[in-house]
Amino acid sequence: MIRSVLTQPARTRIENEHPASSPLSIHDMTVAYHRKPVIWDIDYTAPIGKLVAIVGPNGAGKSTLINAVLDLVPKASGEVRVFGEEYHKQRNRVGYVPQRESVDWDFPVNALNVVAMGLYRKIGWCFPVRRRHRQTAMEALDRVGMADYAKRQISQLSGGQQQRVFLARALVQDADLYLMDEPFAGVDASTERAIVEILRELRERGKTTLVVHHDLQTVTEYFDHVLLLNMRLVATGPTSEVFTRENLRKTYGGKLALLDQVGHKMTLGESGR
Amino acid sequence: MNSIPAWFGFVLVVVAVWFGQLETVTAAPRHDAPASRSLSRDRLEWPSWDDVSRTLLLRDYNTRIVAIGTTLLGVAAGTVGVFMLLRKRSLLGDVVSHSTLPGIAIAFIVMEMIEPGRGKWLPGLLIGALIAGLAGIVCTKLILRYTRIKEDAALAIVLSVFFGAGMSLFKAVQYIPSGSQAGLNHFILGKAASMVSADVWIIAEVSIVIVAITALLFKEFSLLSFDEKFAASQGWPIFRLDLLLMLLVAGVTVIGLQSVGLLLVVAMLITPAAAARFWTDRLGLTTLVAALLGGGGAFCGVLISAMYPRLAAGPVIVLTGVVFFLVSMFFGVRRGIVVRLATHRQLKAAVGRQHILRALFEFLEPQCDPNLPTSPQLVNHIVSASDLRPMRSWTLKRLRHLLRAAERSDFITAVRDGGYRLTVRGAELAHRVVRNHRLWELYLIEYADIAPSHVDRDADDIEHILAADVVESLERLLSQRYPHMTVPPSPHVIDATSELTTRQSAS
Repeated sequence: MIRSVLTQPARTRIENEHPASSPLSIHDMTVAYHRKPVIWDIDYTAPIGKLVAIVGPNGAGKSTLINAVLDLVPKASGEVRVFGEEYHKQRNRVGYVPQRESVDWDFPVNALNVVAMGLYRKIGWCFPVRRRHRQTAMEALDRVGMADYAKRQISQLSGGQQQRVFLARALVQDADLYLMDEPFAGVDASTERAIVEILRELRERGKTTLVVHHDLQTVTEYFDHVLLLNMRLVATGPTSEVFTRENLRKTYGGKLALLDQVGHKMTLGESGR
Repeated sequence: MNSIPAWFGFVLVVVAVWFGQLETVTAAPRHDAPASRSLSRDRLEWPSWDDVSRTLLLRDYNTRIVAIGTTLLGVAAGTVGVFMLLRKRSLLGDVVSHSTLPGIAIAFIVMEMIEPGRGKWLPGLLIGALIAGLAGIVCTKLILRYTRIKEDAALAIVLSVFFGAGMSLFKAVQYIPSGSQAGLNHFILGKAASMVSADVWIIAEVSIVIVAITALLFKEFSLLSFDEKFAASQGWPIFRLDLLLMLLVAGVTVIGLQSVGLLLVVAMLITPAAAARFWTDRLGLTTLVAALLGGGGAFCGVLISAMYPRLAAGPVIVLTGVVFFLVSMFFGVRRGIVVRLATHRQLKAAVGRQHILRALFEFLEPQCDPNLPTSPQLVNHIVSASDLRPMRSWTLKRLRHLLRAAERSDFITAVRDGGYRLTVRGAELAHRVVRNHRLWELYLIEYADIAPSHVDRDADDIEHILAADVVESLERLLSQRYPHMTVPPSPHVIDATSELTTRQSAS
């Protein structure tokens, strides 16, 4: 017992902090843009098969959290484990829905082409998209209620329809962990219903989904768990326990100003040296 | 640490100023040779028929060589250019081309040092150009990464510094014994006529490699251009893909140096791609059209310049490309100006038609028997323009125009004393227009919390816009408020009303 601990101390430590069973565990993660910390010391372990809302005010670092998990921005410190391993080893188990505004919707492709992009990794270098891939993409479009629009050029879709196309692209990845950046932003009611339905379907199939969410009114209705974030992790747990007036006040209230001050002091101190 | 980028920028500025000084000093004593030519030889002359047929049939060996080389260049440039355009990196192509200049000069100097008189060896010069072009991109990337200078400024700085350095080195080259005869200046504006078959081989090989790589990595490049973040999250090596794309651009620039020259090569990259966007909304087709336009433009440009030996091929090729672009811009079937204007006109006509029909319907509605379906009764009544004026705030001129258009489309017929009567066809359409309008109004009232901006209002039928269950509940509401709106006009009722019409007009 003692010997095994001595021979593999590092590994054991990692396993304790990052249980392999958890879809996503974040340990001591800090991310900074231009040396100004955006999120600090995040410690988080995601539950299996739950819908998790990431909630916080503007500039709280919600998107940054997702980007850092996906290795899209460098981490100043800390570790992330996806199903017990580093992200790049588990990529095909993670589905990602970026913000709709992050791309140029005037791009000359149709809805089906965009969904097929979710399969590119599976298709591999240089191989073209084949009929069976298009079929898979078509099924995903059907799941989000967009099968009739498959051949539409993407600029001719409404905002909600574009969002559904993005969702379908993540669905074809057939992942176990989904990260979605504001899928409900600026969508119509029927799209919102369609997305919620998809999210519930994913949960029923045992997938874990983290969703950056802005509408506080629907959090309790749509999500099992919440992650309250304002540069630091404010609280996390089941919605019924954590999504309280007190916690929301901490997330959106006076704390923001205080953290900003501390951050400002740190930057000043460093550059003064 | 923070001050390094600032120093870097400062050093760049100093270098730029220094090169600028160098240039003015070295430029002063030289006069360019062509000034001594007689004026008459520079005059443009119309080509004889013999010249034209010789050129068009490619009977001239030299023309053939140049045409093949430049067409292949055009195809490669069009193919790669699509991705530059879609990545919004059009100007980066310009940076690459301008940055090649010092590379050419340095390659020449190095080769002269190794073996005097061999400085004009083309592959060596092109490799130098390629390396310098890539160095230009790397500099841009470094500035963007380590400073807060924005992209446009970084591009402008790198472009001018490299080009200035290149020009200065060119002047320096002229003091090398064989340097003045090297003809390096041709790389700036191109001199297609000086191409020999060995050059065309190089161009052909590089073009084929470029097109092949683009075809193989088509899927990867398109993902990179559309959604870089998603590509990165999937684990595609976006930095290396980006670099490869830049390498392809540098390749196009390098093989374009001889024919169009480095100042104009960016036009060969971007113009065909921009033109292709007017023809199609599909990426594969866009690329194909861009390749064809690029190749075709280059080919035509070479033929034209071959007929007018006084014209430099490079600018003519670029201008031909611009003509292709203008034609695409006006007549492109997807986004061309003509198509857009036509669509706009059609939409305007449709809106006007709907307005006049709705006005007719709503004017007549109170006069109809409320216990019978409305639309078949409409044809019984005669309406004048002055009746319709208060229905909407339109001018008399506009109203007359709309009435004439409706008459032409056989929705209304003119009767005596400037009156109009709806035809059966017009009545049916008016019924449908009003029904959709009222469904839409009800929709806004009942579902006001749904943002109407997310519903496509230009569509003709409300059923195509809204979900089936919504339309159903709206129709229930509609039939309560307007009892006979939703009843479709049956042939039987139409018979009855036509009888009624004849009776009324007889009385």
